[in-house]
Amino acid sequence: MPIVASHYRLRVNPIACDAFGYCAELVPEIVGRDEWGYPVLGEGPVPPRLFELAKRAVRECPRRALFLEKISATKP
Amino acid sequence: MTATEPQVAAPRRAPASRILAAWHQTGRADLASHLATHGPVPLPRRGEHGWGDRLVQAVDEAGLTGRGGAGFPTARKLRSFRAGHKHAILAINAMEGEPASQKDRALLSGAPHLVLDGAELVASAIGAREIAVCVADDRADSAQAVRGALAERVGAGLSRMPTRLEHPPGRYVAGEESALVAWLAGGPAHPQFRTDKATPLTIKRRPVLVHSAETLAHVALIARHGPAWFRTVGYPDAPGTCLVTVSGPVTSPGVCEVELGTPVASILERAGISAPISAVLIGGYGGTWIRSGLLDTPYAPGPLATVGSAVGAGVVAAIATASCGVAETARVATYMANESAGQCGPCVFGLHALAQDLVQLARGEGDSQVLSRLTDRLGAVEGRGACGHPDGVVRLVRSALRVFAGDVTDHDHGRPCAGWNRRPVLPVTASAAVAVGRWH
Repeated sequence: MPIVASHYRLRVNPIACDAFGYCAELVPEIVGRDEWGYPVLGEGPVPPRLFELAKRAVRECPRRALFLEKISATKP
Repeated sequence: MTATEPQVAAPRRAPASRILAAWHQTGRADLASHLATHGPVPLPRRGEHGWGDRLVQAVDEAGLTGRGGAGFPTARKLRSFRAGHKHAILAINAMEGEPASQKDRALLSGAPHLVLDGAELVASAIGAREIAVCVADDRADSAQAVRGALAERVGAGLSRMPTRLEHPPGRYVAGEESALVAWLAGGPAHPQFRTDKATPLTIKRRPVLVHSAETLAHVALIARHGPAWFRTVGYPDAPGTCLVTVSGPVTSPGVCEVELGTPVASILERAGISAPISAVLIGGYGGTWIRSGLLDTPYAPGPLATVGSAVGAGVVAAIATASCGVAETARVATYMANESAGQCGPCVFGLHALAQDLVQLARGEGDSQVLSRLTDRLGAVEGRGACGHPDGVVRLVRSALRVFAGDVTDHDHGRPCAGWNRRPVLPVTASAAVAVGRWH
């Protein structure tokens, strides 16, 4: 099955994250920042039009803290 | 933790006395009184077929849930673990990082053999090769009790499983199971980030099962007396007894064993209420305040959930009407902020920010935005840590804003809290490990 964007959501390992903020710069539509600069991620699936940007955010995170997690059928 | 004597209730017959039965009957915790009260531990005969399945089945039918805080069904945890693990390690969690809880301390000094029986039973059932008893390094009395009990068992030829005593640092989050395992593996006692909490924690590929000391003590009784016996007391959905630590304006604070479903008011009355109570903290420092009007609530997961609360670590801490719940919560929040492992940004920065807002509020020194800022920050911190530490603080503070709404409004209008300069009711003394920033 091809990777369908809507089946994935963006997640962060909060231990690894050091608030560089690249993710919020790249996909502000789904990544906000709290008052201390740490990313606040939307719970929902990554919209298809933003999927490439989300993948780039994962790739470019200096702390390798960001990842795409498959949303299982039981957890829509 | 304060260096006070463990406040185990004086030996006496109590109606709900099960895991503290030998202590209540004899006032002794040694092997002889343990065996006289409970009889020998029913371990499997060599090569006995299907024994582990039968034990897990009995625990399932008993309806035992974990007494460490999360309240997860013990049999389900055992079954998920039994699926094909070898060389497993069983860790007994007696860390008791909750400053207001004394139940592990009471259990280890009052019934260490029941805990060790339960550990041998569970270890045998899951195919574990060793047991690690985890007692915080600032609990010398508990460690001494365990050492004594282990020596007695070895002397009596009762101990089958290699059992060692471990001393992780006495910090609030060190008892979180992933932190405990991280420490046992040789690292700092920091919680780990896990995408899937159903995957077992491991040390060098060896899976580690963590059970609270109290849960294991109940397993030891279920193995002896069966699930039907276990269910003869307690609440319909929550059978059995549990240990609670009662504190506040009561004449006999300390640990007692109660049937699940006992009204909160009865638990307090048994300890002798000595002054009017305004609210009760249920669970622990990641728990919730409930107002005095709700004290009829049965102490069991279901009924407590309807008032936004949970059994948690078994803390029942009342405060008198003369105390200020906002000030108490502000101090606890500050303590909890200092107890962050320092790994996750929202916890590191957020908890201190929350605590500062609350302190300002309690002192009547908050600016006009303090309450809305605090509310926003609660939302910003929630669910953003690798472990549940920040969520616990959010839960506590939210319940304080709800239960002490009158005081909150008063303080928000610049009227400081009369209770601020009073001696704290809830213990917030940092442990030695905190004082020197030790995690190893």
